[in-house]
Amino acid sequence: MSGLAQQFEVVIGLEVHAHLRTHSKLFSPAPILYGGAPNQSVHPICLALPGVLPVLNERAVELAVRACLAMNCEVHPRSIFARKNYFYPDLPKGYQISQYEEPLATGGWVDIAAEGEGDSAQKRRIRLTRIHMEEDAGKSIHDAAIAGADATLVDLNRAGVPMIEIVSEPDLRSAEEAGAYLRAVRSILRFTDVSDADMEKGHMRCDVNVSLRPRGSKEYGTRTELKNLNSFRFVEDAVSAEVARQTEVLRGGGRVQQCTLAYDPGTARTSVLRVKEDADDYRYFPDPDLIPLQLSADQIERLRAEVPELAEQRADRFGSEYGLSEYDAAQLTASPALADFFEVAARRHGAAKVVANWILRDVMQALNERELSIDASPLSPEALARLIGMVDENRTTVKSARSLVPELVESGGDPEALVAERGLAAVSDAGVIERAVAEVLAEHPENVELYRAGEEKVLNFLMGQVMRKTQGKANPSAVREILARELRK
Amino acid sequence: MAEGIGTLRELRAALDAGETSSVEIVSRCLQRAEACQPVLNAFVGLRAEAALREAEASDARRRRGEVRSPLDGLPLAIKDNLVQSGELTHCASRILEGFVSPYTSTAVEGLERSGAIVIGRTNMDEFAMGSSTEHSVAGPTRNPWDLDRAPGGSSGGSAAAVAARIVPAALGSDTGGSIRQPASFCGVVGIKPTYGRVSRWGLVAFASSLDQIGAFARTAADCAWVLEAIAGYDDRDSTSIPEPTPAYSGALDGDLSGLRLGLPREYFAAEGANAAVVKLVREAVSELERAGAKTVEVGLPHARYAIATYYSIANAEASSNLARFDGVRYGHRAAGAKGLTEMYRRTRAEGFGEEVKRRILLGTYFLSAGYYDAYYRKAQQVRTLLRGDFERALESCDALVTPTSPEVAFRLGEKTADPLTMYLSDVYTVSANLAGIPALSTPCGFVDGLPVGLQIIGPALDEATPLRIADGFQRLTDHHEACPGAFA
Amino acid sequence: MARISRAEVERVALLARISLTDEESDRLVREFDSFLDYIDTLQEIDTEGVAPTAHPLSLPTPTRPDRPAAAMNVELVVANAPEAAESAFVVPKVIDTEAEG
Repeated sequence: MSGLAQQFEVVIGLEVHAHLRTHSKLFSPAPILYGGAPNQSVHPICLALPGVLPVLNERAVELAVRACLAMNCEVHPRSIFARKNYFYPDLPKGYQISQYEEPLATGGWVDIAAEGEGDSAQKRRIRLTRIHMEEDAGKSIHDAAIAGADATLVDLNRAGVPMIEIVSEPDLRSAEEAGAYLRAVRSILRFTDVSDADMEKGHMRCDVNVSLRPRGSKEYGTRTELKNLNSFRFVEDAVSAEVARQTEVLRGGGRVQQCTLAYDPGTARTSVLRVKEDADDYRYFPDPDLIPLQLSADQIERLRAEVPELAEQRADRFGSEYGLSEYDAAQLTASPALADFFEVAARRHGAAKVVANWILRDVMQALNERELSIDASPLSPEALARLIGMVDENRTTVKSARSLVPELVESGGDPEALVAERGLAAVSDAGVIERAVAEVLAEHPENVELYRAGEEKVLNFLMGQVMRKTQGKANPSAVREILARELRK
Repeated sequence: MAEGIGTLRELRAALDAGETSSVEIVSRCLQRAEACQPVLNAFVGLRAEAALREAEASDARRRRGEVRSPLDGLPLAIKDNLVQSGELTHCASRILEGFVSPYTSTAVEGLERSGAIVIGRTNMDEFAMGSSTEHSVAGPTRNPWDLDRAPGGSSGGSAAAVAARIVPAALGSDTGGSIRQPASFCGVVGIKPTYGRVSRWGLVAFASSLDQIGAFARTAADCAWVLEAIAGYDDRDSTSIPEPTPAYSGALDGDLSGLRLGLPREYFAAEGANAAVVKLVREAVSELERAGAKTVEVGLPHARYAIATYYSIANAEASSNLARFDGVRYGHRAAGAKGLTEMYRRTRAEGFGEEVKRRILLGTYFLSAGYYDAYYRKAQQVRTLLRGDFERALESCDALVTPTSPEVAFRLGEKTADPLTMYLSDVYTVSANLAGIPALSTPCGFVDGLPVGLQIIGPALDEATPLRIADGFQRLTDHHEACPGAFA
Repeated sequence: MARISRAEVERVALLARISLTDEESDRLVREFDSFLDYIDTLQEIDTEGVAPTAHPLSLPTPTRPDRPAAAMNVELVVANAPEAAESAFVVPKVIDTEAEG
């Protein structure tokens, strides 16, 4: 395999479709709804009733332009909506309104980290061909258990949801790079608030073009297309499977046939959906119901000013402003919600590095165990800052505070109240501590002797014993002080 | 038969004078529509109950002194391609059988707001594709002037209903002459406004970049009233013009002095035009000159390409617009089809008539891979040149006058065998659609007892000038007052 | 020699999802022929550098604010449907052998 992997170079291009975060559809005022009963969110326009006409959602244009600018594209002052004509039950008009000859934007790039280089990782710049706007289709439900053996059900809730399609150049060279690219695109879409970009929820999906060519060759090989991949793992797995399949074909002296493939996660294999023929004839033409989209230089510049910091810029700032390590900053900018959470908590608390440690250690662990994302958790950054503050002020111990994080992540609540309610307030009462110290010293005379002989390390053991006696609630600095005093006696 | 209905202005005067009521007028209309139906087949549906209920409400408003507009309480008919909530809309096609619209078109909303009463839907060529109203699932409409002849099309039902004095006015749509040619054939006034003047929201699309809603009436002044009710910017139509509607009625001052009329050389010299028709149009021009208008000859060098341009664009757009009629969400579905593709193909084969299928297939071909540039794109480029011709011509004059049609009403069945000759009957009208400019047809005489229309074309946004000229002409002549014998 | 073959008419009919009888196909081959001859007069015109008409008037891009309107009542959505199951439209399944053009 490795010999062959060296013999052939993998060439991959991605077409990413991402839903834009709007309240209504691209050309219809129907509300956006994920997962309702079929046809609960349609308007006569989504139904393509006779006589209806499309009107463009201005917010969708703004979000699309913002995405283009964040991905370094050239946004065109004039672009054209075109009809892509084909028949399918979930395509009510018999055409999809998309952009074809004059798209919203061309050029641009997305940087990804090159593979496996650790800290000295270099960036790879993946070029974009274009970004254009289009409407999504509805859903056809083929599942025989729901629709019956001979029927398909059609739900138009998704029909008309605004999307951008981001088309990359064939610059990707491995399944891992395809995954890294997809993650980078998702990060940009999220940091710019253009899309929730959640593949599992159907906000984002992608088609992947894969071909192989002899290493060193300038010509591209025949490519195949993997359609509608809707999870990161599927993208990487499907590409790996397809690379393996094509390698085998070429190794056997065969030729790769141009076709559309489906990936079956069950067997981890790709299978031919249909062979590409000239029959694909979408009869694109400019939609006569819509005026060409015109954007003035002023409008574009105004939208450029609205592009927020992207993950990378934000991580850099976290390094310079809060003194975080590159690694921690990268972790905290995995999503805009996490980065926001950190910044609010850090500002509230004051010691950013301490806060970063709490988030990356305790909060993330609790979130991961519950398969929650930070924005889905009721834990507020203010509450976390207050909890850490209680530790700083010796009002509770680190151990007690950490024990509360899972609960706060799952159900929220007020840290002060929880500490009090659970009896986790730190014990600073000198009498209580002195009693515990006296008992421990009495129980471990040999250690007392060792300490007095100069083995100062046993202090830690004795501290542990005192903490245990106080169920971890004793204020550790008070314990240390009293222990030291008693041992010196 | 109930006696013929007067003009909108006559009916308004009678209502205001307390001589009649809206209920009385609407009942008379409905009776006459019923009585004429076996002869003319002008309607595909009447809404008797609803119309009478609305007439009662209008009478009550009038008694309270709350008349909404000059049209309040007056009956109109609408073409069967304008949707009205809760009503059937078929576009004279089997494929829309049983379709009840859950929403109302902007134009019909305009009528409702003005208090006008829709008494029914008029017959048409299926999906407005045709020039004779013969291509209808409901059978052909007949011309009131000669029942063996076509009323023109595609808005033939509306034109015939106005000509036969069933309604004082009606709405139609005009993609390549579908208001003006039937107005000419039936001896009534028909106006197609500037593209974008009347919202297309709720007009079942034929060719989106050409379709425009307009009005039929017996006088230009009545057309002005109807236009005032239906025109105006509409944010539901992206191609709607964001300009206020001019007060058309106020422009009708009868003064034609100093008007400059352009006579397009190509329209008077065209081979194939009936000489008697051209002669009548020239006489009408002389009449206008006697009233003080000046004439100037103009050239429209690309006019000879208008039909080829028009059919390339219209069929291409239609092939896409009519893709939604697929048997999935509404309308006809073929029974017992095995599999999706068979369902589509049989549904559309059964649901569409021959002419519609022909145009969809031609349009599909024009857009298909390898032909788009040669047909659709080329035609849209020629269209740009043609628009330039009209812009230049209208710089040297206030309006163009031409025959509306090269001929008078042809016999039923005469042109159905050869689609191309049928298409050529739109030779003088399609250009106004391609250029997007307003045009009307007004009666200017008779050849062998059949009406002839004078077409008046104005610059973009200026419907007032053609209306003013037609109104002035009607003050000087009585062609528009002639009534077909059988319907007097 | 016909400008357009019967096979091409049939390809177009599949694209347009309209089934044709043999007689219809034959007739359409003839009609396409005379029609295309007529349309071809457009090729006489030099349109080099001429912008295609997008709208007869130059209008700014109309947009609407991103405010959702009430969705249609689901009963109304399927009221006109030839076949529905609760609130979903029902269509025959795609059969593998069907040409999808």
